[in-house]
Amino acid sequence: MDDTLLDKLEVLADAAKYDASCASSGAKRRAGGADGLGSTTGAGICHAYTPDGRCVSLLKILLTNYCLYDCAYCINRRSSNVRRARFSVEEVVRLTLGFYKRNCIEGLFLSSGIIRSPDYTMEQMMLVARSLRRDHGFAGYIHLKTIPEASPWLIEQAGLWADRLSINLELASDRSLKAFAPEKDGASIKAVMGQVGERIVEAKEERRRFSPAGQSTQMIVGADESTDLSVLETSDTLYRRYGLRRVYYSAFSPIPEASSVLPLKPPPLQRENRLYQADWLLRYYGFTVEEIAGGGEGGMLDLGIDPKLAWALKNRERFPVDVNRADREMLLRVPGLGARAVDKIVEARRHTTLRLEDVARLSSGLKRARAFLVTADHHPGGLTDRADLRQRLVAPPKQLSLF
Amino acid sequence: MHPVELKDGADLDGFRRALRRLVAGGVEPDDVAWSGGAMPSLFGTCPDGGTAALPADAPPVPLPRLVGALIESVVCHRDPERYALLHRMVWRVVCGERDILDHHADPLVHRLAMLDKAVRRDLHKMHAFLRFRELRGPDGPDGGPGAERYVAWFEPDHFIVEATAPFFVERFESLVWSILTPVGSLHWDRRSLVVGPAAAKPDGLDRDDRFAEGWQRYYESTFNPARVNPVAMRAEMPRKYWANLPEAAAIPGMIRSAPARVQAMIAAEAAAPRHRNPDKAVAAMARQEPATLAELNRVIGRSEPLVPGATRAVLGEGPEGAAIAIVGEQPGDQEDLEGRPFVGPAGQLLTRALEEAGIDRRAAYLTNAVKHFKFVARGKRRLHQSPTAGEVKHYRWWLMKELDFVRPRLVVALGATAALALAGRSVAVLRERGPMGFGDLQGGIRQGFVTVHPSYLLRLPDAAEKENAYAAFVADLRRARGMVDGAAPL
Repeated sequence: MDDTLLDKLEVLADAAKYDASCASSGAKRRAGGADGLGSTTGAGICHAYTPDGRCVSLLKILLTNYCLYDCAYCINRRSSNVRRARFSVEEVVRLTLGFYKRNCIEGLFLSSGIIRSPDYTMEQMMLVARSLRRDHGFAGYIHLKTIPEASPWLIEQAGLWADRLSINLELASDRSLKAFAPEKDGASIKAVMGQVGERIVEAKEERRRFSPAGQSTQMIVGADESTDLSVLETSDTLYRRYGLRRVYYSAFSPIPEASSVLPLKPPPLQRENRLYQADWLLRYYGFTVEEIAGGGEGGMLDLGIDPKLAWALKNRERFPVDVNRADREMLLRVPGLGARAVDKIVEARRHTTLRLEDVARLSSGLKRARAFLVTADHHPGGLTDRADLRQRLVAPPKQLSLF
Repeated sequence: MHPVELKDGADLDGFRRALRRLVAGGVEPDDVAWSGGAMPSLFGTCPDGGTAALPADAPPVPLPRLVGALIESVVCHRDPERYALLHRMVWRVVCGERDILDHHADPLVHRLAMLDKAVRRDLHKMHAFLRFRELRGPDGPDGGPGAERYVAWFEPDHFIVEATAPFFVERFESLVWSILTPVGSLHWDRRSLVVGPAAAKPDGLDRDDRFAEGWQRYYESTFNPARVNPVAMRAEMPRKYWANLPEAAAIPGMIRSAPARVQAMIAAEAAAPRHRNPDKAVAAMARQEPATLAELNRVIGRSEPLVPGATRAVLGEGPEGAAIAIVGEQPGDQEDLEGRPFVGPAGQLLTRALEEAGIDRRAAYLTNAVKHFKFVARGKRRLHQSPTAGEVKHYRWWLMKELDFVRPRLVVALGATAALALAGRSVAVLRERGPMGFGDLQGGIRQGFVTVHPSYLLRLPDAAEKENAYAAFVADLRRARGMVDGAAPL
């Protein structure tokens, strides 16, 4: 690896870091064997964490950050003065293999600015994946960011080599997309999601290999005026209609070379976190978008407490819940109890009547759960309905030091 | 009291042997004093001493699968009490509590679950945070560079080195590598694994390796200073791992400089673009679709078959502007080898039928709904496999484009696959044979005609039936010819 390649790596990693997705999970177990390289374990591995708390699992780079599009929220838009670079297909392959052999990564996450045309760019990305798989027997994880404006056949070719395809929706509403990303079009993005979703289902039925780990997308939060309600409604549609595996939320973060139409402010990290929690409630806890949004005010989630607790505080008539008798669906709604703890409770109570100390062994969230739970030896009494319950449950404000 | 002394580390075999004899002898957990090599037993040492009086050839203890898995995991833990705890669990299973692991709230089960969790986390972190360095072997005899060889140094919390071996062997089976740790080592030469003794940290690991340097720069570049959150980082990557992670050296500096970097970003005024807007390139971007049939064919030609195996894509053949386009199913064995459509037995039959119907094959455009041969290998033969509906859909976009370029007056679908591709729905060929409108990508309708595929004629077993069917096929083609008669030379 020479100095030029190192410099390019720096530019093109920096340019790719605003994509939140990093998962390397969901691929079937496989290994490259004696002539190939690598394996996937199904669960994914984070090989490092950066001081922003995010995991480094895949080599996340752009093929190039030259771009003909002019999306206001993006550091790589054509009107930005950022440093530009471009990898060759062979260079990306070499970097991926080199880092993989040193056990730094699970695989490659490749995205790109649009050069020449969406088709040309998509084909270059596809060629990277194809070379890794075919010329090097690479069995690690490959995530390709698809370009919605590329021809359908190219996106389908990409699916032959990638473990996961993703298409970024970027902004929850078509109106914002039109305002901030003039070359993009919400309808065509969704059409491609539909196409990819259909192909994934078909391939699974026909036992062909096509993006086996599904597809995902990303929405930027805080760049436009979209409410949490509308963001979650969009996610809900994406999960239901297009069978997406994950929706990533990315707090709009200051970028060097910012655009004048999107003034910079610190990223709304807490909001992003609450959206992820809400997303989880949608997918694994049986909540509806309306219920989750009802926990907050005016379509925005409560930033001070998690959305499950917020819902429970506004629906106290549903509590307390008897840990020894309630059905799984209701236990999942108890603040502080995660899905895994609930499963253990359901299994354990077949053998014994659970007491508070038993629940403490099964869940680490007992502090929050106490006010909403009945056990053999515990009843919250009036606690559930106390007006100051919220204050009691959120961490007390830090004592000021009075000098 | 039965003192049982096991080897240092995770002595699964020793534990299993002792356990079998203890269970066979009916010894209760309270009467056993377990010790690992590092911890001398309070009751003095005697190899296998405590169990010497017990049955020597004790049978295996039948345990539920999950209990067995838990034992394999927990013996790797550093906790000196691990064997005693496991023995207690096994004793309860033997006494009838076969679903003991469902008792998640039971103190013993919970304690073992915590040990298991700690071991699995340690395994996971070793899979994740171990870094190989490339050490070139000695130069080859011709003075060229030596073989690629990788070495790693890691310090796990528990006795998990052997337990991690399957992961690293599977992942790096094609490389030569060694993993060194203070509690054991692994050596892989692409064929066999050698488990070696504890090792000291080797010298020379921080030698020049451009990829290691590249990784360092990647790590720093992928960090977003506007989201600094060291607490979240340390929750997943505690400080104890930093010593052996080369990239971690940069962490303090990255955190220190983050606020200033963000301030600078926010303070910077939005700058006017330094380069002029690439209007021409932006406009040209929209014209990415193949502009000619030849361009489209180049695209099809360099694409990969949906199902691996085919030699090449078999492209359409015939003049653009042909009055009739004939669409078959997919190339067969001979088409795949020759790279031309309709050259196998079915193709020859088609040529004959076209001739009898008064259609010149060379004036018609011939192509297939699916462009790649799909087969299963049976000995030396490649047996044709029909394409699935999903595959047909995948190729449909190309077929539509192709017909847009050829602009035939009539499209003849041979058989169900072609009809599916052209009509966009499944068609009962024998019932619906005859004229049919086919949609195109622009929402228009193409004049079409559905008939059987010649391979169907070849497969009919009865000679008389075959003859009738062939006559009907020729009649269909004649009828199709009548639909475009006079439009262009046929």
